[in-house]
Amino acid sequence: MISRLRHSYDRYWYAWAMALPVTLVLLVLVGYPLVEGIYYSLTNINDLNMGRTIGANHIPASFHGVGLHNYWYVLSGGDGQFWPTFVWTLEWTAGCVVPTVGIGLGLAQLLNRRMRGRGVYRVLLILPWAVPSFVAAFSWRLILNSPDGLLDWVLVRLHLPAVNWLGDATSAKFSVIMVNVWIGIPFMMVAFLGGLQAIPGELLEAAEVDGATPWHRFIHVTMPGLRPVATTVTLLGIIWTFNQFAIIYLVTAGGPGGATNILITQAYNNAFSQTRDYAGGSTYGVIILSMLLLFATFFRRTLGRGQEAAA
Amino acid sequence: MTTNSARPGYRRGHRSPAASVALHLTLIVASLIAAVPVAWVVLTSFKPNSTALSTEHLGRLSLQNYRDVIGQGFGHWMLNSAIVAAGTMVFGVFIAATAGYAVSRMRFPGARPLMWLFLLVQMFPMAVLIVPLFVLLKDLHLLNNLLGLVPVYATTAVPFCAWMLKGYFDGIPTAIDEAGRIDGLSMFGTFWRLIVPLARPGLAVTGFYTFLTSWGEVAYASQFLQSPDKYTLPVGMQTFVNEYVDEWGPLAAGSVLIIVPAAAVFFLVQRHLVSGLTAGAAKS
Repeated sequence: MISRLRHSYDRYWYAWAMALPVTLVLLVLVGYPLVEGIYYSLTNINDLNMGRTIGANHIPASFHGVGLHNYWYVLSGGDGQFWPTFVWTLEWTAGCVVPTVGIGLGLAQLLNRRMRGRGVYRVLLILPWAVPSFVAAFSWRLILNSPDGLLDWVLVRLHLPAVNWLGDATSAKFSVIMVNVWIGIPFMMVAFLGGLQAIPGELLEAAEVDGATPWHRFIHVTMPGLRPVATTVTLLGIIWTFNQFAIIYLVTAGGPGGATNILITQAYNNAFSQTRDYAGGSTYGVIILSMLLLFATFFRRTLGRGQEAAA
Repeated sequence: MTTNSARPGYRRGHRSPAASVALHLTLIVASLIAAVPVAWVVLTSFKPNSTALSTEHLGRLSLQNYRDVIGQGFGHWMLNSAIVAAGTMVFGVFIAATAGYAVSRMRFPGARPLMWLFLLVQMFPMAVLIVPLFVLLKDLHLLNNLLGLVPVYATTAVPFCAWMLKGYFDGIPTAIDEAGRIDGLSMFGTFWRLIVPLARPGLAVTGFYTFLTSWGEVAYASQFLQSPDKYTLPVGMQTFVNEYVDEWGPLAAGSVLIIVPAAAVFFLVQRHLVSGLTAGAAKS
């Protein structure tokens, strides 16, 4: 046993040394806080009982363990907001990822052709990616402002009724999805463009010579070629959207009346609004993480078969 | 959606005039949708503050908002953001690259759990980490300290970067490494002198990604930075619009000044985006 360890140390120490910095950083700044977070979710910790030092006085922590009470409270619907928020989080994720992937793939297909001005189109279409989410949210708030923002101005000129974009639940939900799709498309487009360029042109030409229609070529040659890229970016897209904090927080702040809060912004509110209920926020966080873990495992089992070997 | 109308017999790259028009029209509309929000914020930044939110007064444009914003500690915040973003970029890309290279070149025990860990970290909701991180940074005396943000931001960008770079390194022939080793370079020497220069496009993309992640981050920064002289741009800018003040004009001007460096970094690397991203996505 020890000699085997020694042997593998001699052989691999360089690889371990190169992977060490990243592992250390992740262990200290993700692993440790995660363990702490799970621990907090089993207690009743909040801002008042967590212990603090004011000047020379040290007030000891007075929170205590409550077992699985927080989980039971949240999952049984005791806080009255978890399940509605969960349903909207699923709608939000599907509502964002489906158009983002679809439009991203469509634009990548168009950009993959030889044509005039391709470089200009590409730069313009990637532009939203270069905009920090904070600024993107702000510019969309200008555009969605009602009744005299840009979008309503256009609607009125077209003799359509103005919409109170961020004012009621349904249109606010539509608005945040629209903003997030706008932000997410460039990443998908660039990933798919790369995937398309990796498909050998001879394959498509051969299919064309054999009389395959464009649709058939897309289904039987392009799609299988894109599969590795598509599964990876779709999985990432789902995870990122599920956890997308900045857009919701900055565009609607969860409003109106909490209607656009997804689980992650709800968790943040629990932890940092007036009540400073750290235990409640941590509980939400652990539940979110568990759901994503289950989902990712399932997703990779069913769609990503054969890829694990490479990962 | 316009589709390829090249019928059998046409060579690739040829299409009918109607298909050509449809293709360009679709792309023009898409480009407009991509660019308008950015253009709108630029336009708003030149409008009088009192009418910033509306479509009025597009005729009277001035630089007043820029004067206001620069007079309010803006340069200081920008410097803070630049320090954090540049620090995260250098630190993050370096540790992601060494790890990515190790995983790409050596089948060592722990390589697969490491890649799985990178995927897991993507899923960690910031809400579960933020309170313990707050306490941890306080204990390390890194609260309200720009240096504390660098490793925190690195953790959000690094897993994705390492994944991408691993794929990128996989695309570089191992014969190059072997030649380096024969010439007497160590593993790190091979990596640093031979592979890093070859992987520049991939490094550029991950660098860009890391820079943007930290340049515009709000949630951690607003909890961890407490005194105005330590604020990064997004945190500082929020002070323009709160219960007491309502300065949308300067906020727009500030937004433009935030976009400029991000766009500059972006245009430097955009050529490499496609190849860099695919290498990672296709092979991970």
